[in-house]
Amino acid sequence: MPEGSGIGASVTRKEDQRFLTGRGKYTDDIDVAGQTHAVFVRSPHAHAKILGVDTTAALAMPGVVGILTGKELAADKLGGLICGWMIHSKDGSEMKAPAHPALALDEVRYVGDHVAIVIAETKAQARDAAEAVYVDYGILPSVVNVAAAAKPGAPAVHASIPDNTSYRWEIGDEAATKAAFAKAAHVIELDLINNRLIPNAMEPRAALGLYEPGTESFTLYTTSQNPHVARLVLSAFIGIAPEHKLRVVAPDVGGGFGSKIFIYAEETVCLWASKKVNRPVKWVADRSESFLADAHGRDHVTHVALATDENGIFLGLRVKTLAAMGAYLSTFASSVPTYLYGTLLAGQYATPAIYCEVDAIFTNTAPVDAYRGAGRPEATYVLERIVEVAARELKIDPAELRRRNFIRTFPYQTPVALEYDIGDYQASLDQALELADYKGFPARKAEAAKRGMLRGIGLSTYIEACGLAPSKLVGSLGAGVGLFESAQVRFNPTGNVQVFTGCHSHGQGHETTYAQIINSRLGVPIENVEVIHGDTAQVQFGLGTYGSRSGSVGGSAIYKAADKIIAKGKKIAAYRFGAKHEDVQFENGVFSVPNTNKQMTISEVAFAAYVPHDYPLDELEPGLDENAFYDPLNFTYPAGAHVCEVEIDPETGVAKVVNWVAVDDFGTLINPLIVHGQIHGGVAQGIGQAMIENCVYDEDSGQLLTGSFMDYGMPRADDMPDFKVGFTSTPCTHNPLG
Amino acid sequence: MSSSISLTVNGKSVTAAVEPPTLLVHFIREHLDLTGTHVGCDTSQCGACVVHVDGKSVKSCTMLAIQADGTEITTIEGVANGALHPMQAAFKEHHGLQCGFCTPGMVMAALDLVRRHPSPDEATVREGLDGNLCRCTGYHNIVAAVLAGAQAMRG
Repeated sequence: MPEGSGIGASVTRKEDQRFLTGRGKYTDDIDVAGQTHAVFVRSPHAHAKILGVDTTAALAMPGVVGILTGKELAADKLGGLICGWMIHSKDGSEMKAPAHPALALDEVRYVGDHVAIVIAETKAQARDAAEAVYVDYGILPSVVNVAAAAKPGAPAVHASIPDNTSYRWEIGDEAATKAAFAKAAHVIELDLINNRLIPNAMEPRAALGLYEPGTESFTLYTTSQNPHVARLVLSAFIGIAPEHKLRVVAPDVGGGFGSKIFIYAEETVCLWASKKVNRPVKWVADRSESFLADAHGRDHVTHVALATDENGIFLGLRVKTLAAMGAYLSTFASSVPTYLYGTLLAGQYATPAIYCEVDAIFTNTAPVDAYRGAGRPEATYVLERIVEVAARELKIDPAELRRRNFIRTFPYQTPVALEYDIGDYQASLDQALELADYKGFPARKAEAAKRGMLRGIGLSTYIEACGLAPSKLVGSLGAGVGLFESAQVRFNPTGNVQVFTGCHSHGQGHETTYAQIINSRLGVPIENVEVIHGDTAQVQFGLGTYGSRSGSVGGSAIYKAADKIIAKGKKIAAYRFGAKHEDVQFENGVFSVPNTNKQMTISEVAFAAYVPHDYPLDELEPGLDENAFYDPLNFTYPAGAHVCEVEIDPETGVAKVVNWVAVDDFGTLINPLIVHGQIHGGVAQGIGQAMIENCVYDEDSGQLLTGSFMDYGMPRADDMPDFKVGFTSTPCTHNPLG
Repeated sequence: MSSSISLTVNGKSVTAAVEPPTLLVHFIREHLDLTGTHVGCDTSQCGACVVHVDGKSVKSCTMLAIQADGTEITTIEGVANGALHPMQAAFKEHHGLQCGFCTPGMVMAALDLVRRHPSPDEATVREGLDGNLCRCTGYHNIVAAVLAGAQAMRG
C-alpha cells in the first residue's frame, strides 16, 4: 500500500463528512423564493388516444397556479425529446425515431406517459388538482412483451411503424460465422431472456426550473449525471434557451446507475413551465413515479449458438437478439443493444468468427436505456451462459474450457470491432479459483448433501469496454456527441487548488480520487484540493459520468491539466532561479535545479504567478490556472473472473448465495477502498437481477405490476453475502493513469 | 385547520402549527429545514427517513407530525456535536456509503440496532437493517461499519 494520500492509497472520502451529518445538498433540499410545486398527470393506460383534456375544474381548485398540456407545449414550438445516437439498419436505412413530445399531444403510449403538468402553491394542492384533471381516453390495443411486439400482427406502438421495429442492426462477419458452424464438431444453442430491471437510485429524480425575466435566463437544478449534455440538449434540440442563457446544476445526486444520464420530460417541462407561470417550478418524483417513468434497463430476448471443435475450442458465435426500446427512444437507448452490446460478444475468448443481429423493438412500456453496465452485462450474460452450457455438454470443466479459449496475445482485434490493448485473463481466473477454493467444492457439496441441501458453483469471466472513446470513432458509429473529458486545475495565490471537472459524482467519490491524482502529480495535500463539478456556470463543458469514464477519461484530463501546470511552473521557477526551464525538475511538489540549492515549492511558484512583481511578464502570462481536454485513444478494457457458490434448500426452495469471489483487473487503482465499494455494489446488482429483481407488466392491460418497493424485489442487507474481492493488474497502455 | 404541536428536536424546543395530514418527515424537512432526513419512497419501505422518536427508530414517513406532539426527536443532524459520532466515523472508515442518500437513515437505524443489541453479530446486523435500502454499497461495507461502530460505542 503506497504511503500518503496519492494514487493507490485507500484514503477515506472527503465527501463523507457532509453525507454522514445530513448536510448533503440534493435537488429536493434546494428551495428558492416564490417556488411552486408540480405534479404530472400521467396516463393510466398503456396505449390510448387523447380525445380531450378538461382542466376547468382543476384550475379552480385552491392554490393552483397553472396547468399546461401538450397543446401549449406544441404552440410554443419546443422540440421533442431526442435520441442522441443514430443507428443504421443492415440495409443501410436510418433507425426509426418517432416524435417524442415532452407532454403527449394526441396519444399516450405507456402507463405513466406524461399528459399534463399541474402547478400549485403546495405539492398537496397540486396533487389534488391533478386528480381533478379530466382526460378523455380512447383506449387502443397495446403490447408490452418484446417477443410479442416483434411478431407480425402485433399492435403497433406507433401507427407509422407497423412492425414496431426501430432498426435491424448487425455486426461481425455472417459468412465467416456460417463457415465456422459448418465445420464445427459441436454446436451448442440456448434461448435466453435478460429480464427488465428498474434502476431505483435511492434518490428519486427531481427538477427545479427557474426563469429569471431580468436576464431572460433559466436555471435548472436537476438530478443529472451529465449537466452539460442536459444543457446542450435542452438548448440545441428542445430550444428552451441558448446555452449561455441556461444554467444546469446537478448538485449532490443520490445514485444514478445510468437512469439519470438521460434528458427527461419532467425536467424539460418544469424549465419551460417556469417561464409560462413566471414562478420557479419544482417537481420531485414519488417512488411510484420513478417505477413508471425512469428509463428501465435490459429487456432482451436472445438466441445464441456456439460452434466448437472436438476439443472445445471456440470456432464461431452467432447471436440474435430482440431488444425492447419501450414506447420511445430514450437519450442513449439506441447505442445500448448495439455498440455497447454486440461489440462485447468476444468477451475474453479468441473466437475467430462472430455474427450478431439485433432488432430494436418498440413496446408500450417505459423507455429502456443504459443501466449499470449498459449492454455489456447483457453481452456477458449471453456469452457466459452459452460457455457454461457448452462446458456441461462437452463434459469439460468450466474453468478449463475458458482457459483453453482465452485471448493470450495483445493487442487483440476482435471480430466485433474492438481492439483490446492489454489483459491477462488467466491471472484473474486463477486467483478467483484460489480464493473460492474451487478445488474444495466437491467436498463442500457432499457435506451440504448430508444436511439435505443442494449446492452449486458457477463462474463467469467478463470484459468491459469503458471510458467510451475516441470521439472520432464514436462519431463514425453515429454518436451525436464527442466523448472527451475536460479539466481545469486552478491554483489560488495561497497555493491551494480547485479542480473543475466535467465529470459528475453521484456516489463515486470524485472529490477524493481526483484530489489524490493532484496529490500524486503536484504534491498538494488532498485537504488543500477542492473538486468542483455539476454546475455549467462554474465548470467548463464536459460530458458527465456514466459508462465508467470518470477515472480513465476524466482523471486523465486532470492529469493532462496538471502537466500543463508543471510546464508553466518550470518556466516561472527557471526565471527566479536564473536557469533554463529545461534544467528545472519537478518532484513531490518542489521545483529545483539538480546539483544546486535552487528550490521553490509549487505554492511559492503559484504565489509568484499571482503576485508577478519578479516575473517574466514579457514572456509569460500571470496566473497558474490550466485547462485540458482529453480525448482517449481507445476504450479501456477492465476484465475479471467471478465465482459464486449457492446453497438451495430443496424443502423450501430458498436459495442462498453462500460465497462470492470477485477478482478484477482494473489496471491502476486510484483508491482501493472506493474500488472495493464499487465492486460490492455491482455484485449486489448482479445477484439482485439473478435472484429477485424483475420488472413485470401485465400483458393484457399493460399495467406495471411491479410498481413499488412492495412489489419489486429490491436487494436488502440479508439478501446479500459478504464478498471476497481480489485484484490483478495489467495497466492500460494508452492513458496516463494506467 | 392547523394544529399546534410542541416537541423537542435535536435538543431544541419547537412549537409549530401544522396541517393535520403533514407527515413527520415533511415537518422535519420543510418546517425545520433539517434536510438530512430523506424521502426515498412512498410506501415506508426504503428507510431513508428514519429518525429517533423518544430514542427509538421510526420511519418518519409513517407518522403524522401531530402524533409527534410532546416527543423528543433526534435526526441525523442531532447525532453528534462537532466531531463525528463513533457510528458515523465507522461508516466513513469502512466506506459504508457512496451516494450518501440512504446514509442518514442507515446511521439512525444502526444506532437503534446497537441500542437493542450492543454486541450484534453479522446476521443480527443484516436482519436489523432489513428496512433500509441501499443501491450503491451492496451492504457489505455497511454491515462492517455497523459492527465496528457497535464495538466503538462499547468502548
